[in-house]
Amino acid sequence: MPTLVSHPEEVKIVSSRFGQGAAEIDRYIELGGYQAVRQAMEQGPEWIIAQMKASNLRGRGGAGFPTGMKWSFVPKQSEKPKYVLVNGDESEPGTCKDHLIFLHDPHSVIEGTIIAGLAIGAKMGFIYLRGEYRYLLTIMEKAIADAYAKGFLGKGIFGSNFDFEVVSQTGAGAYEVGEESALMESLEGKRGIPRIKPPFPAVVGLYGGPTVINNAETIATVPHIFRMGAEAYAKVGSERNGGTRLFCVSGHAERNGVYELPMGYNLKKLIYEVAGGIRGGRQLKAVVPGGSSTPVLLASEIDIGLDFDQVGQAGSMLGSGGVVVLDETVCMVEFALRTIKFYQHESCGWCIPCREGTDWLKKTLTRFHAGAGEARDIDNIRYLAENMLGRTFCPLGDAAAMPTIAFVKKFRQEFEDHLDGRPCPYAKKPANELVGV
Amino acid sequence: MSLTNISVDKKPEGTIFSPELAARFDKLVTLYPMKRSALIPMLLYAQDEIGYLSDAAIAEIAHRLQLTVLDVRNVLSYYSMLRTRPAGKFNVQVCTNISCMLRGGQELFEHCERQLGIGHKQTTPDGVFSLEEVECIGACSWAPAVQVNYDFHDNLTPETLDAILAEYRSKASQ
Amino acid sequence: MADVTLTVDGKRITAPAGTLLIEACRKAGIEIPAFCYYPGLSLQAACRMCLVRIEKMPKLQTACTTPVAEGMIVATETDEIKQARKSMLELVLANHPLDCPVCDAGGECELQDMTFKYGAGGSKFIDIKNHRDEQQWSPVVFFDRPRCILCYRCVRVCNEGMDVAALGIQQRNASSVIAPNDKTELDCEQCGMCIDICPVGALTSDTYRYKTRPWEMTHIGTICTHCGDGCKTTLGLRRSEDGMQIVRGDNRDKSGLNGDFLCVKGRYAFDFSDSPERLTLPLVRQEDGHFETVSWDVAIKAVARGFREIRDTRGGSSIGVIGSTRITNEENYLLQKFARGTLGTGHIDHHRTTDYVSFIRALGGQKGRFASISDTASAPAVLLIGNDPTEQHPLLAWNLRTNVRQNRTRLYIVNHREIKLTRQAKAFVQIGSDSYAAFASFLSGGDSTAFGESATSLRDALRQEPNLVVIFGSELRGADVETLVKFGLSLPDTKFACLGDYVNSRGAADMGLYPDLLPGYVPVAASGAMQTEYGERFPAQPGMDLASMFEAAGRGQIAGMYIVGDDPVERLGIAPETLRDTFVVVQDMFLTGTAKLADVVLPTASLYEKSGTVTNTYGDLQGVKKAADRAGVRTDLELIVRIADAMGHDVRKLVPFGKGVRADMGQSRGAQSGEADRHAIWLAAHNLEPKLSPFDPNALLDEIQRVVAGYDFDRIDLLAGSSPQVQPASAELVQIAPPSSRPDSIQPSGDTLFTSGTLGHYSEKLNEVQAFQEKKALVAAD
Ligand SMILES: Cc1cc2nc3c(=O)[nH]c(=O)nc-3n(C[C@H](O)[C@H](O)[C@H](O)COP(=O)(O)O)c2cc1C
Ligand code: SF4
Ligand code: SF4
Ligand code: SF4
Ligand code: SF4
Ligand code: FES
Ligand code: FES
Repeated sequence: MPTLVSHPEEVKIVSSRFGQGAAEIDRYIELGGYQAVRQAMEQGPEWIIAQMKASNLRGRGGAGFPTGMKWSFVPKQSEKPKYVLVNGDESEPGTCKDHLIFLHDPHSVIEGTIIAGLAIGAKMGFIYLRGEYRYLLTIMEKAIADAYAKGFLGKGIFGSNFDFEVVSQTGAGAYEVGEESALMESLEGKRGIPRIKPPFPAVVGLYGGPTVINNAETIATVPHIFRMGAEAYAKVGSERNGGTRLFCVSGHAERNGVYELPMGYNLKKLIYEVAGGIRGGRQLKAVVPGGSSTPVLLASEIDIGLDFDQVGQAGSMLGSGGVVVLDETVCMVEFALRTIKFYQHESCGWCIPCREGTDWLKKTLTRFHAGAGEARDIDNIRYLAENMLGRTFCPLGDAAAMPTIAFVKKFRQEFEDHLDGRPCPYAKKPANELVGV
Repeated sequence: MSLTNISVDKKPEGTIFSPELAARFDKLVTLYPMKRSALIPMLLYAQDEIGYLSDAAIAEIAHRLQLTVLDVRNVLSYYSMLRTRPAGKFNVQVCTNISCMLRGGQELFEHCERQLGIGHKQTTPDGVFSLEEVECIGACSWAPAVQVNYDFHDNLTPETLDAILAEYRSKASQ
Repeated sequence: MADVTLTVDGKRITAPAGTLLIEACRKAGIEIPAFCYYPGLSLQAACRMCLVRIEKMPKLQTACTTPVAEGMIVATETDEIKQARKSMLELVLANHPLDCPVCDAGGECELQDMTFKYGAGGSKFIDIKNHRDEQQWSPVVFFDRPRCILCYRCVRVCNEGMDVAALGIQQRNASSVIAPNDKTELDCEQCGMCIDICPVGALTSDTYRYKTRPWEMTHIGTICTHCGDGCKTTLGLRRSEDGMQIVRGDNRDKSGLNGDFLCVKGRYAFDFSDSPERLTLPLVRQEDGHFETVSWDVAIKAVARGFREIRDTRGGSSIGVIGSTRITNEENYLLQKFARGTLGTGHIDHHRTTDYVSFIRALGGQKGRFASISDTASAPAVLLIGNDPTEQHPLLAWNLRTNVRQNRTRLYIVNHREIKLTRQAKAFVQIGSDSYAAFASFLSGGDSTAFGESATSLRDALRQEPNLVVIFGSELRGADVETLVKFGLSLPDTKFACLGDYVNSRGAADMGLYPDLLPGYVPVAASGAMQTEYGERFPAQPGMDLASMFEAAGRGQIAGMYIVGDDPVERLGIAPETLRDTFVVVQDMFLTGTAKLADVVLPTASLYEKSGTVTNTYGDLQGVKKAADRAGVRTDLELIVRIADAMGHDVRKLVPFGKGVRADMGQSRGAQSGEADRHAIWLAAHNLEPKLSPFDPNALLDEIQRVVAGYDFDRIDLLAGSSPQVQPASAELVQIAPPSSRPDSIQPSGDTLFTSGTLGHYSEKLNEVQAFQEKKALVAAD
């Protein structure tokens, strides 16, 4: 069982029921669960969407798109059925927050899904977990079965005349399937290749019907917004960034763990106060602020508020909330290589720049880190990443290119230190053993 | 000879799965607006039962969903958790991605290689263990993490991992 | 749709709303590079070669997926875009083997061309390329993974165009790979469309691999000989020891009526012309019964002597003539003219594969009722009764699929089997194999409930179709054809197509290879004009049909037979004794069953070795061009002329050629002068020169155009390479008698996708493919 952490600075909203046994439906109800959905049902779609807009909730999947606005894009009339799709594919390295939600508070996801369904007029929702989360699927499936048993799902939910079905399943190992359109393909039993946009999912999504797709944390937050009131929720966060989010601290912090903090919370404070600083009192070298695809920040760049806008201004992204802390012992070339190795492995292979670019970057960085690099490789790596950027079919290519560019830009010296057959200055073992990482 | 029904795909007779799984499949296909949506769950459950996706399993699943075998293979080969060859009873999946790497994931993987005497995607001769170096498994704040089949083990050291492996080994001999 | 105006590279262009930017640009002469985009196939946005800058968009956009919009401002050749394309190419080349000097696609590779254009040749990539061995997937398809750039064209053409779906994409990331459906082999229609559409040399065909380089070939566009659809095929030729050898068939320039399409036969089954079994020397049977090879002179004299003797002693009507569904219109026309005018016999027929006569008769001279092959690709609704186009008319099947896919055409199918095209059908009614006639009368309003509800709703649906194309197979004959046509004619603007086999069945019918009908389906009884054309030997009575001729031969009533390009002995199982007392002359490429019984065998050129015209089963007339060359053989046209000449017949009466025809003949020929005058006048009126050689097929085409009803198309169309439609049903023809022949006179070829009548036996490739697929069918069955 993953350990839960706690810190007085935290504002527990989404995580308020963690560790409270809320996976059991009665306990969830006891803790105020399934109230928000009744309220939403009484007030109707327009009101729900207005509240969502007022909450300033922005998607927790990575891109930070305002959720209320996304829901409002779904056409009211549609020949094809509409769907709600919960993205629990959580695969961005450094991210493990949805993991805790499914584990500790599965009903909040169900409740959020029903509310989203009410808002857009969908009668069916899907909860898609990554394949590795099989034990969480078991929890999720039990929660769904319990909700059916109570009449919260199925025909005439909560004694109303609304019908709502929920099905959950897992994937089978593919990061790219977290991309919304690839996820729909996967849910339709296909290869996880993204779709051409437009049309966007809100218009043509799952099974060709209008579809709202949201991250699991986004959806789990929804009932809380109605419980607290949209304005109150918005006020917790910073400007245009409502509420809190779960930050997954990993790497070299003293107290790694998932912390819920208000949007805009200072990154430096998060690392040094909440997470207890750098382990063993070492020096901080860099921070990857929002999962492996977000450009690395130097230790000198972390005095910023953690919201979509402020991290963006600092040249990186808030991303998925995975805060990866790197101390002075880390070889940035090796770190870049491990990052690229991931994107190479996970590239769906559909488009040339990402498929070939990640493969080539991996090969070059492998050779480079092994001590067989050439000076021109450094520029080539950057040239290549820059030529991938913005030209791939889906954002995975950017997710590979952006951090790469940042690594070369910010740590060029470390790359140069690997040249001329010199062994990796940070190597824990002889250079030749590093080949084939 | 007529060609209009190209027939690489033989119609399987009966089922190769256990009655429970066959019943589960019957139900699965009814859950979705489109039968085909059940494909990935079916492949996973078939693999769980048989250990891998055999030709016969693929053929039966294709038939149940009215897909071609080619189509099923196109899909299954995309997903990294699905395999068409048997693996060990316990598949030890060591994450070496960034958060784990920073906490010794790579060393943990190499430790497993030594302890089990096998490398990436190999199986011990007794068929008990397979080893795999995997990408992030969503346990980054509790790194380094390892998954054995579907079970998570986190905050590991070589020593705690040894104990876990020993437990699995004894389970295998029961 | 309304037009929108946009600006591309500073140029204002207009295009219908909804047009893809890449197409709008192409039409305006602005070429945007593309690997994955292919007109008519689904969009991929995978290769990223077509990236352009559209004002107000943050990123470069793919021109292949962006519809044009009013006021759009687009840049397609800025430095930024050139750099994007260059880097895309650099990336593809990072894992590409660069074995251009030995690659089959070398010289016609889209990757090579683009690399050259965008200067991406110098490699930044020094790491090892991913390698995999080349694989053979079928007798015709080879795959070389490292050369593949994953544009998915092959996968789409097989899925969407062929509806076979034999190719898939497997694995992911840089390990992604195109995979065949039967483990490491392809169980499919072997059409080679995937090879044709591959922009690089990843998919190659066995017939061409490593044989030659594109620039060492000559290319000649001609017409496929194998089925009645008449695809244009561009033959790649290479000089060989005994002529010009065909090494490749494809349709790269897409200029024919078949657009992109060729089936396995059009693409690979040209190799019969290279078969070691080809006859190249004339054979004459000796006293002792064995064949002796002789010179052309000896052989032709032997034929002429034989025919003249019989004609002059026993009368022309003791000779039977059989024409061919595989030779040109000019040759068939000449053959029947030779039969009627030179031999003086009315016994002339050919292998009938469908009942064109009843069809023409049913139309009763109405114009505009013939559906051309291109109509089948654009008609809003099609009714297909009988036949299995996937097997027998592959181009028709392709057109119907395309039409359904792209225009949502309503396809209605009535068949006794659930043919593959039913997958595209809006409605399918299955009937008994002997119920076609009954179904035709049901359609015409018969109150029968025998066909059930689905048939009734099909009929109701058809009654609402204002522009229906009715396509029927040889299952319908005689009066049943008329019943069906009558039903069709009761709807507004219906068009029809009658499906027959082989390249020139329709031409053979149009050219009058019937005992009772002259060219243009003119009944012999109404032969007035023709009689003057053909001279005094012209037989006034209809002759015997093909089967009757053999029966008569068996009874000793037919003393001579002239069989051109047909194998009735094999097909009808005729006993050798039947022809024991008959002087048989066979013109063929091979020693067929019929040829084996002949007294003289004259080796002929194949359709790929001659020029002229053919008419496909839809009435589209097309030019065939001499492509290959085989030492020794002669065209059928030349042989007929030479035989006539050797018989002492005035060749000018047979073939209108030569300058000053009028002056000379007008004086010396008396009664004949009218003929010459008519021809000369016709030529002058049509701005045509007299032809100089009796072997010039154009001289015969002149005559055909002059005398055959419906063949009065504009010659310019033909010269321009298009396919004018012939409508051999003029108002005067209404009195065609119902076919008097016996019911067995129509014999469909029964060909499948992998057979081609007798000719197919001599295609090694076709036999290989057939054996390969048969093995697969066996494996699948057990
Ligand atoms: C390569 C890639 C992987 C992604 N993976 C995930 C994921 O695992 N979970 C997730 O919620 N969103 C993921 N996203 C973002 C989704 O596409 C989508 O934006 C999100 O689910 C929308 O939900 P939100 O608005 O609630 O954030 C990914 C995007 C890309 C491009
Ligand atoms: S960028 Fe291209 S290859 Fe990469 S995951 Fe997206 S679509 Fe696939
Ligand atoms: S040869 Fe034709 S049918 Fe076979 S795989 Fe290629 S495109 Fe498909
Ligand atoms: S084989 Fe050719 S057509 Fe098929 S994907 Fe590869 S390059 Fe494209
Ligand atoms: S469809 Fe007919 S004409 Fe066309 S290539 Fe095939 S056999 Fe030849
Ligand atoms: S990086 Fe190992 S679990 Fe995320
Ligand atoms: S042609 Fe547009 S992406 Fe390939």
